[in-house]
Amino acid sequence: MMNKNTNLEVKQNLAEPNPSANTHIIVVGNGMVGHHFVEQLVQHEGASACQVSVFGEEPHIAYDRVHLSEYFTGKNAQDLALTDADFYLQNRVDYYPSQKIIEIDRVAKKVVCETGETVSYDKLVLATGSYPFVPPIDGHKRANTFVYRTLEDLDAIRDCAKNAKVGTVVGGGLLGLEAANAIKNLGLETHVVEFAPRLMPVQLDEKGGDLLKDMIQELGVKVHVATGTRNIENGEQCFHRMNFSEDGQEYLETDLIVFSAGIRPQDALAKSSGLVLGERGGIQVDSHCLTSDKDIYAIGECALYEGRIYGLVAPGYNMAKAALDHLLKQGELEFKGADMSTKLKLLGCDVGSIGDAHGQTPGSKTIVFQDGMQGCYRKMVVNQDATKLLGAVLVGDNASYDTLLQYYLNEIDLPSQAESLILPVSDGASPALGVDALPSTASICSCLNVTKADISQAVAEGALSLADVKAVTKASTGCGGCAALVKNVVDNELLALGVEVSTDVCEHFAYTRQDLYNLIKVESIKSFDELLEKHGKGHGCIVCKPLVGNILASVWNDYVLKKEHVTLQDTNDRYLANMQKDGTYSVVPRIPGGEITPEKLIVIGEVARDYKLYTKITGGQRIDLFGAHLNQLPEIWETLIKAGFETGQAYGKSVRTVKSCVGSTWCRFGVNDSMTMAIDIENRYKGLRAPHKLKFAVSGCTRECAEAQSKDIGIIATEGGWNLYVCGNGGMKPRHADLFATDLTDKELIQYIDRVLMFYVKTADRLQRTSVWMDSLEGGLDYLKSVVIDDSLGLAQELEDQMALIVDTFQCEWKTTLEDPQAVKAFRHFVNHDGVDEEVVFVEERDQIRPATQSEKNNLIAKAS
Amino acid sequence: MSFNWKTVCKQEDLIEGVGVAALFEGEQVAIFYLPKLEPQVFAIANWDPIAKANVLSRGIVGSINGKLVVSSPLYKQHFELSSGQCIEEDIVIPCWQVSLENGDVKLAS
Ligand code: SRM
Ligand SMILES: Cc1cc2nc3c(=O)[nH]c(=O)nc-3n(C[C@H](O)[C@H](O)[C@H](O)COP(=O)(O)OP(=O)(O)OC[C@H]3O[C@@H](n4cnc5c(N)ncnc54)[C@H](O)[C@@H]3O)c2cc1C
Ligand code: SF4
Ligand code: FES
Repeated sequence: MMNKNTNLEVKQNLAEPNPSANTHIIVVGNGMVGHHFVEQLVQHEGASACQVSVFGEEPHIAYDRVHLSEYFTGKNAQDLALTDADFYLQNRVDYYPSQKIIEIDRVAKKVVCETGETVSYDKLVLATGSYPFVPPIDGHKRANTFVYRTLEDLDAIRDCAKNAKVGTVVGGGLLGLEAANAIKNLGLETHVVEFAPRLMPVQLDEKGGDLLKDMIQELGVKVHVATGTRNIENGEQCFHRMNFSEDGQEYLETDLIVFSAGIRPQDALAKSSGLVLGERGGIQVDSHCLTSDKDIYAIGECALYEGRIYGLVAPGYNMAKAALDHLLKQGELEFKGADMSTKLKLLGCDVGSIGDAHGQTPGSKTIVFQDGMQGCYRKMVVNQDATKLLGAVLVGDNASYDTLLQYYLNEIDLPSQAESLILPVSDGASPALGVDALPSTASICSCLNVTKADISQAVAEGALSLADVKAVTKASTGCGGCAALVKNVVDNELLALGVEVSTDVCEHFAYTRQDLYNLIKVESIKSFDELLEKHGKGHGCIVCKPLVGNILASVWNDYVLKKEHVTLQDTNDRYLANMQKDGTYSVVPRIPGGEITPEKLIVIGEVARDYKLYTKITGGQRIDLFGAHLNQLPEIWETLIKAGFETGQAYGKSVRTVKSCVGSTWCRFGVNDSMTMAIDIENRYKGLRAPHKLKFAVSGCTRECAEAQSKDIGIIATEGGWNLYVCGNGGMKPRHADLFATDLTDKELIQYIDRVLMFYVKTADRLQRTSVWMDSLEGGLDYLKSVVIDDSLGLAQELEDQMALIVDTFQCEWKTTLEDPQAVKAFRHFVNHDGVDEEVVFVEERDQIRPATQSEKNNLIAKAS
Repeated sequence: MSFNWKTVCKQEDLIEGVGVAALFEGEQVAIFYLPKLEPQVFAIANWDPIAKANVLSRGIVGSINGKLVVSSPLYKQHFELSSGQCIEEDIVIPCWQVSLENGDVKLAS
């Protein structure tokens, strides 16, 4: 049983005995594939008797090289780590970082470390990966030249970029373009120099490559194709000059150079020990990933299978599984090659390449669609009678990638008008291949090797939700690219079983949020337990508990830490502060409208200094103090409240900030007092809990310095009063607010805001911001206007009364908490000990604290002991 | 099997329906008090091995398919209160036997 993509063939069990006790397995290379092997191995029951040692040349424990570039966009080494030393320790794996293996003595069955030590093995697994090829141009070893493969490489590039203006990548393939993107993001003028006549020569054809080049140039990266570098020497304007022509007429000056001209298998060790290599390198392996030595396996990018190196991680993982299977004598899995189709976003441009992209199959034909205006190019390579898809190239738009890939992988018959798959459709939707049409062998998640049949089986065996199916099959827990497809298949399977795709909030309540809101209101329900008893089952969960807590707060505005509500609150609401990654909290006092007296600023400064908190001006015109231990929160708030502060509710699904500008009081253009209005509405709505957080802004004139049109509620002063904007959003999916009403008086303005907000609280879904709510509201803006302005539903009074109740019952939750000694007790870190959490460790950066990274912690502990 | 019970804290230190953290023989334990159920008390490690922080006592308690669980306040994975088994990942965290005796909460080591 096999298809092109599930590159593991399943076989009969040969039923041979498992490896004998104390088999010593040595893994050389602690990269992605080597680690995957170890991870699979220790989970395998047949492996309990084995002793495992891992040698890695790099100082870091295995990390996610695929997402290496994120090291430049906010992730650190710890975030990228695939595991930690603890995991190896717990599983009794001996792990040696910074230990290069330099020799294999195959007769004595020993490996030799750089330090000269030798270690015996019974089975050896080579997972040494590959290294970047640097063309031997004159000057390639100059300072400020780099490759792009390891964390150290990126550190070096980042350091060099600090004093550089121009950066150049040699190589316009996949990795080269990724490196170019990184260099551009470091703020450098960026060039790509490619020897071939087009970008991504392996995956793209000429037209696709040309279009990609145009698009990338438009983004400000200069692309030089069909350009070979003759030598590199000292530059005049920059550190280097790269000469392209013999006469020195054509050249490029650049401060740093990154070579990304392809990868080469790291086979030096195998070569020196006499293992059979391919003609152009790579350790030759069979379908068990066995090398020419029966006790040595090679997996990942160092291995050559049927003349091919697989430079992607998924095939490497499958090699690891095949090797492990053979080592443990299971006899079930073999590696049979892998599909190398790829889809990615490079510098913001979609690129996809499937199968035979160049149309090299004899008799094949191509169908091309090109739209120069929209910047998109799509090509299908089909067999002679246009019944099967052999390959495809997509540039500029990957909407049809998933569908085409399924046609290709599963050899599905093409529709009679095959070109419809790549032609634009009038309503903008891409023609999706119904998941119904997929054969049961179709690979749905290629990272984890999950087929449609696996999903059907999981559903048939009782996994009746997307989450359950993911838990059982592990589908979409790798790169995540298959998430939408997995959901479609699951929904489809459920439908086939007659299971309705549920809109229930969770397994405990067979209702929507709106239903629950109405039940609570109509039946005057005051607690979760009461609601659960009358309308639910089980014990609640992280979905329904905070949801019901939130509705109860919106409707009754009780103190959230009341005994019957405390169990419902997410940690942020439960401790009235935002939990940070290390378990400490941040403190955000309310600063209405962003206006603050010097005295209050001083108090904040004193608190921050006395408790040594990291201090930052937030994006919401207030001040956030980070790194408070749980037990410090009450004392800190006591000081703040004494000085006249109130909780900023940065933790709740509630009103956050009202951003303001100084308006007519100071600004020469202001036409109304935006400052007073901002403070007034912040104070009016500050206690309101809603389906999601709410942000407001008030600008003093149309110059809009407060950015009101990006807020849930935006107000702009006009000559005639106030213009009201609603349902704007920044964040993940920005949306401009809609103009709702113009030239309102103060009174009308408040009345409309009351009604809009309460109608939102009443009808929106869980965690739905006003922007998404508006987009899903049938009838949209006009409908909302009719409800709020014309009172078409006769609800206006009720909505206003509900808001009046919230405004009247406002209490500062921190003040209430401090008045109750029992509530304060809950802020101890330990109930039986006065200490704080010793796992929380800070280091200093730019004169303030920040959480220590794992490696910093390890160092500190090592020093202490 | 006989256990070696040791008092960790008082029953009055517990909070109904949620967890608290306690230090027990140098380890951080999250103790959950669910008086309407039988047993009423559960103890698992406070350390969340996924988020790498001592926070499990501060998660929301609930049930998934009938299993009692706490969800980590940081990244929301669920851990079974009775066994320490993580629902989403193949991880088991330490858990302790607990008993309530005359107002004392005891753990078995
Ligand atoms: C502190 C702050 C960043 C900063 O250093 O400046 C911040 C920090 C957080 N933001 Fe934010 N956001 C902050 C301003 C913003 C802004 C800018 C603004 O308000 O003008 C935005 C975009 C505007 C918007 O929301 O429309 C913003 C969009 C988000 C989002 C995405 C919301 C969306 O609808 O897409 C989230 C995630 C969410 O709420 O689900 C988020 C969530 C968070 C959380 C709560 C994430 C979390 O759960 O840990 C952060 C915790 C705050 C803390 O620990 O105190 N934060 N966040 C800013 C606090 C403002 C304040 O004074 O309260
Ligand atoms: C920037 C970048 C982006 C990428 N993007 C993608 C992508 O989107 N999708 C995808 O599928 N793939 C991508 N890849 C490729 C992917 O990272 C590799 O396929 C994968 O890492 C291969 O795993 P490996 O274990 O074979 O090799 P590696 O991860 O390179 O690990 C090999 C390890 O062995 C060590 N080693 C070598 N020789 C010795 C020795 N003698 N002794 C001890 N240790 C030794 C090395 O130091 C290294 O740590 C990308 C790669 C890079 C660099
Ligand atoms: S929005 Fe208008 S009033 Fe406010 S600061 Fe800008 S220009 Fe001045
Ligand atoms: S394809 Fe990568 S997670 Fe499924």
